[in-house]
Amino acid sequence: MKIAVCIKQVPTREWQPRLNDQKTWIREADVSYEMNEPDAYALEEALRLREKHGGEVVVCSAGPARVQTVIREALARGADRAIHVEHDSLGAADAFVIADALAAAMKDEKFDLVLTGLQSDDQGHGQTGVILAERLGIPSSTIIMDVQVDGSNLRVKRELEGGWFQWIAMPLPALLTIQSGINQLRYATLKGIMAAKKKEIRKAALPDGIVPAQQIVGLALPSKSKQTQMITGSPADASRELVRKLREDARAL
Amino acid sequence: MILVIAEQREGSLNRASWEAVAAAQALAGGMPVKIAVLGASTAAAAQELATADVAEVLTVEHAALQQYTPDAYAAACRTLIDQVSPAYVVFAHTYQTRDFAPLLAARLGKPLITDITGIQGAGADAAFVRPMFQGKLAAQVKPQGGPPALVTMQIGAFRADAARKGGGAPVNNVDVSIDAAAIRQKPEAPFREAKQAVDLGQAERIVAIGRGIKSQENIPLAEKLAQAMNAEIAASRPICDNGWLPMERQVGSSGQTVAPKLYVALGISGAIQHLVGMKGARTIVAINKDAEAPIFEVADYGIVGDLFELVPALIAELEKT
Repeated sequence: MKIAVCIKQVPTREWQPRLNDQKTWIREADVSYEMNEPDAYALEEALRLREKHGGEVVVCSAGPARVQTVIREALARGADRAIHVEHDSLGAADAFVIADALAAAMKDEKFDLVLTGLQSDDQGHGQTGVILAERLGIPSSTIIMDVQVDGSNLRVKRELEGGWFQWIAMPLPALLTIQSGINQLRYATLKGIMAAKKKEIRKAALPDGIVPAQQIVGLALPSKSKQTQMITGSPADASRELVRKLREDARAL
Repeated sequence: MILVIAEQREGSLNRASWEAVAAAQALAGGMPVKIAVLGASTAAAAQELATADVAEVLTVEHAALQQYTPDAYAAACRTLIDQVSPAYVVFAHTYQTRDFAPLLAARLGKPLITDITGIQGAGADAAFVRPMFQGKLAAQVKPQGGPPALVTMQIGAFRADAARKGGGAPVNNVDVSIDAAAIRQKPEAPFREAKQAVDLGQAERIVAIGRGIKSQENIPLAEKLAQAMNAEIAASRPICDNGWLPMERQVGSSGQTVAPKLYVALGISGAIQHLVGMKGARTIVAINKDAEAPIFEVADYGIVGDLFELVPALIAELEKT
């Protein structure tokens, strides 16, 4: 089975946001990056499917030169090769642009299965996977918690709200967006890191004529919906004050 | 005009559809609002929706819409949109919307702005506010490329009871043809994994833990605090993903939605998927080492500090009396 995994490089969870001068995007110079967490689960699922059914796992990413770091990491975890659509503008691109960029580079590969995380921890549109499926002309299903492959048939467990699930069958090729927690992640071994250095990364150019579907006109710290009382002092003092407020003011204890 | 796509399952309307109606009314700026409901049998849901202050309720009935599939819903919505030419199509940001709205947008070649928490201005020039970077920033975005723009409203961002009611909107049917052979997904019946032993929705107090708890060995510390507060223990998604607490203890969009008297968030950064599940709590306490964590935006009381120092101090304080 030929499996593609689309991964994105996003700012780390610890990153503190700072804005550019126009306040329309973040100051990228300050950012440290990591693999988008839901995509890491998609990669792990792809590696497990390859172990079970054979074939290859190809990592696909659209972004500036910096995304090579997460591509190498995915190769070190066990992916066989990679496709990198490289352009500086892709770091801040919307879901349509990323999907179009990936589709152009992936179309001729004829993947049996395409996996990606259900959304990114940066812009969080939650659309790229489904748009990519449509561009590749294959069916999709989202927020997936289990993947079963039997020949050319696929059966997946889709998460619904509030603890409900649903099994859905569809033919291959198909695209799935993977929910975090579907599996336990593996980490790269030293051997994997060494092997990754020799694996192929095919560079693809960003096709002309791709237009964004939305524009960020402003970016700001979120406005507070509540007046938060911050309690300071030593742990003992802060605890005493908090318990007093919860008992006397909020009457919550 | 503005078209709201309501969501129903087996005749009962998803409550978030009323939030979408409220958002559409706020967005309208003088434009008429219409609501469409899709399914094999939509009369009951349409009757309920007709109580809204809207120009018309449209029923889109087809046997292929009996069970939800992204292919059938995208096909039906596309035909509907072609017929009524809306400026905006408004959805609640449910899991179902997340499944088919991007497909619809791709087929229409039109923008989709998701997870909206606020609307600035109204009508054709409106801008939409949505979280980015896990809620650390709020972006103001505008759709590009002309109408219609598809917009999805974050659950809980607009109040269902803010939807204006009217004198009974006319209900009319819209015919759509759906090619059953073009529906690629074959769904089975929805099910629940196991019966929920704990109903966090009924809990008076909840102590919830997030990534800041660091390891499974530290969970008894949080449990001890829960006990001292006479609270249920709960967690954000990553904790349940790791198997440190059972899935039934998860609060958030994929877990339970809770509204206790007291919610204590320990080491929870406050990703939006968690906030939608707990921001209805009456009093929220946040304890986090990161002063910039989004959880503080919804907290009534906040302490920036090390939970491994604060939680034992809190337990000691609670046990004093």
